[in-house]
Amino acid sequence: MLSQIARRLLTALPTLIGVIIVTFLLTRVLPGDTAAYFAGPAATPQAIEEVKKKLGLDRSLPVQFVSYVEALAKGDLGASLSTGQTVVKDIRTRLPASAELTLAGLVLGIVVAVPLGILAAVRQGSWIDHLCRVVATAGVSLPVFFSGLLLVYLFYYRLGWAPPPMGRLDVFSTAPNSITGFYLIDSLIARDFETFRAAFAQLILPAVTLGMFALAPIARMTRASMLAALSSEFVRTAKASGLSTRAVIVTYAFRNAMLPVVTTLGMVFSFLLGANVLVEKVFAWPGIGSYAVDALIKSDFAPVQGFVLTMAILYVMLNLLIDILYGVIDPRVRIEA
Amino acid sequence: MSDTALLDIQNLTVEFATRRGTVRAVEKVSLTIAKGETVGIVGESGSGKSVTSYAVMRILDRAGRIADGTVSFGGTDLRTISEGAMRDLRGREISMIFQNPRAALNPIRKVGRQIEDVLIEHVQATSRDAKEKAIGILRQVRIANPEERYHAYPFELSGGMCQRIVIALALACKPQLLIADEPTTGLDVTTQKAVMDLVVELTRERNMSTILITHDLGLAATYCDKVIVMEQGKVVESAESTSIFLKPTHRYTRKLVRATPRPGITLRDLLPEEIATPPIAPAPVALGGTPILKVENLVKEYRRQDASGGLAKFFGRKSDQDTSAFRAVDGISFEVGTGESVGLVGESGCGKSTTSMMVMRLLDPTAGKIVFAGEDIGTIPARRFAGSAWRRRIQMVFQDPTDSLNPRYTAARAIADPILRMGEDTGSGSVRTQVEELARLVGLPGNLLDRFPHQLSGGQKARVGIARAIALRPELVILDEPTAALDVSVQAVVLNLLQDLKATLGMSYLFVSHDLHVVRLLCDRVIVMRQGRIVEQGTAEQVLEAPKADYTRELIDAIPHPPV
Repeated sequence: MLSQIARRLLTALPTLIGVIIVTFLLTRVLPGDTAAYFAGPAATPQAIEEVKKKLGLDRSLPVQFVSYVEALAKGDLGASLSTGQTVVKDIRTRLPASAELTLAGLVLGIVVAVPLGILAAVRQGSWIDHLCRVVATAGVSLPVFFSGLLLVYLFYYRLGWAPPPMGRLDVFSTAPNSITGFYLIDSLIARDFETFRAAFAQLILPAVTLGMFALAPIARMTRASMLAALSSEFVRTAKASGLSTRAVIVTYAFRNAMLPVVTTLGMVFSFLLGANVLVEKVFAWPGIGSYAVDALIKSDFAPVQGFVLTMAILYVMLNLLIDILYGVIDPRVRIEA
Repeated sequence: MSDTALLDIQNLTVEFATRRGTVRAVEKVSLTIAKGETVGIVGESGSGKSVTSYAVMRILDRAGRIADGTVSFGGTDLRTISEGAMRDLRGREISMIFQNPRAALNPIRKVGRQIEDVLIEHVQATSRDAKEKAIGILRQVRIANPEERYHAYPFELSGGMCQRIVIALALACKPQLLIADEPTTGLDVTTQKAVMDLVVELTRERNMSTILITHDLGLAATYCDKVIVMEQGKVVESAESTSIFLKPTHRYTRKLVRATPRPGITLRDLLPEEIATPPIAPAPVALGGTPILKVENLVKEYRRQDASGGLAKFFGRKSDQDTSAFRAVDGISFEVGTGESVGLVGESGCGKSTTSMMVMRLLDPTAGKIVFAGEDIGTIPARRFAGSAWRRRIQMVFQDPTDSLNPRYTAARAIADPILRMGEDTGSGSVRTQVEELARLVGLPGNLLDRFPHQLSGGQKARVGIARAIALRPELVILDEPTAALDVSVQAVVLNLLQDLKATLGMSYLFVSHDLHVVRLLCDRVIVMRQGRIVEQGTAEQVLEAPKADYTRELIDAIPHPPV
């Protein structure tokens, strides 16, 4: 098992090398002059040259690349010109914020979508099947910034149930000691239930917004693969052996239907993690997506490169995790892996 | 055998709601099964034989419903009892075994656990002693190393083993009635015998009643006390199995009996009397001249699938499994004479299909020669063979008439395909005329030529496949189980068609099959393969009447021998 994981990680190396090269080149060919941006609108050409020199941008591309890789090997992703912090530090504070939000949204999506999909398949053509279709269609067709704003309008502005959409914590709370970077977990570890409650309240609306979006593909996939499993011959055998409805649906049909669902989960998760910029913007969430977009607009290379690289590593880990899950679910995969 | 009926079905009618309205799959079927009795229900596809059993079990599809009639099991009316009570009966009193045993088992659950599921559901075991009992049941169905096999997944077991597991599931709770739905279709003939013998032994032991649903009249007559013949949802004949072959009374039964390949008959005997024409005299070909195909020491090796792939090797780690290669075909030599048909027989995994694929030049041999018309075509790589001038001289009829046709091509387009790709302008008129001529040759009515595969019957699709194969007048046609997916009455017609075409066009056949009777009827010579090697070859009479190899004898003995 361990050697298999090691082998899988090895196969990811070429991908990562490719990502490093491509992001490096891409940030260099993008329009926009970093030096000019940071020297300010009133800077003289000499001042811009000065900044260029300071940033090492006057050297040739290969030389820049070598020094970039050297720094990378030491775990140095450079510094962000806009925040003034090192990229590593920025990512370390912002990635957990995004991950916490995304995971919460995903868990919410799964908790609703999987039972909904199963029920829709078991009672094909009933009202619950139609409900599943409506919910799924609504989930994909409503843009997240719209559903996010709608939730803010309703639950914060109209009803006043939710706290203001102003980031991970309200102004009265202080962030818990960072252990995992997830406020919910860290505050529990610190036994600071007040902060936990505050962080949880802040999390609900953005997580629901993301959950609504994640729900659609998961529900549709669960329904489709459950329908296939339910009409399979082994389910007929299970029925003919007199197994209870519960055993037939859960142990026989659902476990077999889980493979495509897990694949979808992986895709949805990786998609949400990078692409929830809009939700982060609406809820002023200090996440990694908005960080990368801001940096890109300001032609601030180092954070963009750091972001893409982090994402690539995350995808690799995620795919590995999904492959391992496959093996847990389906013994046939274990042999082929 | 007692007189009280265990299962009593009266006037059972089952309807299916389809897009084209209600279809009656089963119509006024009545039958009774006494305790300890074995009854065969025989019929071709669409006869309603499986639907009848699903109706008894109340596991019909969503679209199906019992429209009329009564089903009484040991005095209980199965139509009116609650679903919960019915679930209780399933598996405990009435159980079923299915066709395609591997698909009938949960692919991701250990087989032992699947048996436990049934035992625990019907309170035959508690979670404490379930494992022990499951292993005991595995032992009863003659599974070697039951303690080890308990932990196996279906994909780790052979088809025959999987069917034993399904039987174990069905018999775990000692039911009174076993319904076996085509339990041996798709299994090798020796495996079929082993499975059927096991079923009969276990059910006799327990004095159980059995319903055997099959398309094979021979199988039913061999293993059942009574045979019921169904046609289009109706019971047309019900007789003791000893008499069904001797004096079939109904027209349809007579047709089925005639169409069942058996010893001592010719191909023409398979057809109903009304349409059997005298055989066509073979076109004059110099038999015994130079063989059209000569295969010498043909070998096909596959590297064993092994987990450590490219990267491990890249990093210089050596896997000990790498050294041994699996020989699917292990140095075989044979000839096919001009105008001759040669049968290649063996059980699944014997290498017969690999051999035919190599001769067809879809697969490259590891070693050996394939000499066709005096030239070693084995040297032309398979991926370039389609572009060579040889391609048109060797053609193939595939096993599954449905899957081997492009669903978006009409019959005419499918038949025209080789002409459009490889045909030369022979001056014999347009492609359409050639296609019509081919359709006439294979007996496909001209008005069907513009239909798509899904609008054709199995037999018609088989004709399209044959017409496509002979479109370029090949010298050698490889027939890969061309009738395995067809009903016996259709098989009879298709086999005769193949025979007549060979006589008219003077082709040679390499006929790959697992069915010795069929091979005997169509082939001049037979080659028996086992584990990649030829165990016996000779004329069809020699091999089937006086087999020399033990394995051939074993194969012949395993064919069901109906009491005639």
